[in-house]
Amino acid sequence: MIRAVPRLFIILGLMGFALLYIPALVMMAFSFNAGKLASVWAGFSFKWYGALLQNDQLLAALSKSLLIAGIAASLSTLFGVFIAIAFVRFGKFKGRLLLSALASAPLVIPEVVMGLSLLLLFIAMENVLGWPAGRGLDTIIIAHATFGMCFAAVVIQARLRQFDRSLEEAAMDLGARQPYIFMTITLPIIAPAIISAWLLTFTLSFDDLVIASFVSGPGSSTLPIVIFSKVRLGVTPEINAIATLMIVTIAIGVIAGARLMRRNPR
Amino acid sequence: MGEQIQRLFYHYGKWFIIGLPLLWLMLFFMFPLLEMAQVSFTEARRGIPPFKPLWGFGEDGFFTNFTLGNYQLIYDFYEDYLGPALNSLRIAFFSTLFCLFFAYPMAYWIARSPDDMRHILLILVLLPFWTSSLLRMYALIGLLNPNGFVNGMLLWLGVIDTPIPMMQTDLSVYLGMLLTYLPLMILPLYATLTRLDHSLHEAASDLGASSFTIFFTITIPLSLSGIIAGCLLVFIPAVGEFVIPALLGGPDQVMLGKVLWTEFFRNRDWPVAAAIALILMVIVTGPIIYMRYIDRGDDREGEQV
Repeated sequence: MIRAVPRLFIILGLMGFALLYIPALVMMAFSFNAGKLASVWAGFSFKWYGALLQNDQLLAALSKSLLIAGIAASLSTLFGVFIAIAFVRFGKFKGRLLLSALASAPLVIPEVVMGLSLLLLFIAMENVLGWPAGRGLDTIIIAHATFGMCFAAVVIQARLRQFDRSLEEAAMDLGARQPYIFMTITLPIIAPAIISAWLLTFTLSFDDLVIASFVSGPGSSTLPIVIFSKVRLGVTPEINAIATLMIVTIAIGVIAGARLMRRNPR
Repeated sequence: MGEQIQRLFYHYGKWFIIGLPLLWLMLFFMFPLLEMAQVSFTEARRGIPPFKPLWGFGEDGFFTNFTLGNYQLIYDFYEDYLGPALNSLRIAFFSTLFCLFFAYPMAYWIARSPDDMRHILLILVLLPFWTSSLLRMYALIGLLNPNGFVNGMLLWLGVIDTPIPMMQTDLSVYLGMLLTYLPLMILPLYATLTRLDHSLHEAASDLGASSFTIFFTITIPLSLSGIIAGCLLVFIPAVGEFVIPALLGGPDQVMLGKVLWTEFFRNRDWPVAAAIALILMVIVTGPIIYMRYIDRGDDREGEQV
C-alpha cells in the first residue's frame, strides 16, 4: 500500500530536484546564445558548437580522454568481475580481509591523496625500474583502473549475489563443465551488471580531474584538465557548448542503460 | 588424467582470479600510500624529484634524511594549514547536514511513489550523479557570477541595483557541495526507506499516533542505518574536496584538498603536500573504519559459506 507523502516533503523534494537541474539547464540554454554574455540572451545560434569543431586543443583532449576512459573502463570491468567472483563465490580464502579492505578504500579516499600517492609511486618506480618513463596516458590509465575496479566490483557483486545458483547446479548435474557453464549461464545473467559497470567506470574516468592532474605529464592533458584551466579564467559559451554535449551524451547513455536494466529484470 | 588437469586448472584459476586484483591494488594503492608516508618525513630539495630520499646507502654507509619539519611547519602556520583543516571539517559537516535535510524528503518521496513515477524520479537522481562534477560546478558558476544568470535576472526585474556577490562565499561552496553530494545521500536513504515495514506504521496509526509522532518515533529510527551510511558517504569525500573550494570558494573557504594542491603544483613542496595528505588520511580513517564496520557484507559472506 502506498501511503501519502507529506506535502512539506514534496516541496523540499522539488527544491532538491530544482537545485540539481537548474544550473545545468540554464547552462545548456546559454550554449545556444548568440551573444558572449552569460546573462543576456542575444538570440539563438549554433555558432559556439561550430567554434568547438575549430578548437584543436579541446578536440585533442577529447580524443585522449575517450581513449583513456575506454581502456581504463575495460580493465576496471575485468578486474571488477574477478573481485566480485572472489567475494561471492570463493567463500573464505586467505587474504579475503585484505582484498576487501583494498577494494573498498579507494571508493572513499580523498582524490587528492590518491593522485599524489600514485604520482610518488610512479616516480619511485621510475627511479628503481626505469618504468614508467615520465608520465602520460599509461599512468592515467593505471590510476583510473585502480579506483574503477573497486566501483565495478560493487556493481557486479550486487548482481552476482541475487543470482539463482540452482541454474548452474542443474547444468553441472547434466554434465556441463565449469568454463562452459560460466560462458553460457553465468556470464549472460550478469551481463547487464557488466555493461553498467563498464559505463560507470567509463564516465568516472572521463570525468576525473584531480587524479589525472597529478599523474599526467606534459602533453597528456585530458578534457577535464583543459576545461578546468579554462574555467578558472571565466565562463565562456564555448565551454557551455562542450559541457552541453557531454551532459546530453551521458544522459542518453544513462536513460538507455536504465531501460535495458528494466526490460531485463533480475 | 584429464580430471586432474582440470582440478589443477581450477586451483590455479582461483588464485589467479584472487591474486591479480590483489596484487594490482597492493602495487597501485597500498604501496603509494606507504611511499607518500615516507616522503612526508623527508626534506624538500631543488631538483627532480624535489625531495631527498628518506633513507639509503651512500659512500659513508647508511644515511637517513628523517625529519618532522613538515609537520612542524603545518603546526606553526595556523592560517596556512590548521585553519584550512578546520574549514574542511566545518564545511564537510554542514554540507552533510544540508544534504540530509534535502535528501531525506526526496528519498522518502521516491520510496513512496508508484512504480512508474519511482523509476523516473530515480533516473532524475542518478543522472546528475553520472555527469561530471566539474561541469556541474561550472554550470553553477554561470548562475552565481556577478554577471551571471541570477544577478542578471534580479537586475532585469529591478529587485537589485548592483549585483550581489555570491561567488567565493559560504553560499556558493555549500550549493556546490549540495549539487555534488545530494545523490550520494539519497541513494542509501532510498534503499533503507523502501525496505521499511509498513505494518508498524499502520499499527501506530491504528493506536492513534499522529503522523508527526510516527515519523519521528518509527520512520527515522528504522532508517537510521541509511542515514548513517549516507552521512559517511558524503562527509568522507567532502573533507578532501578540491574542485569545489578551488572554483567556488574564496579565502575563507580554503580546504585541505586545495592547500595540498597549492603546495604541490604551485610551491612544489612535495614533502609538505605529502604531510597534508597524511593528515587528511588520519581525518578520514576513523569514518572509513566505522563505515566498514557497519557494512561488513563482504566479510560476513565468507563466514556463511
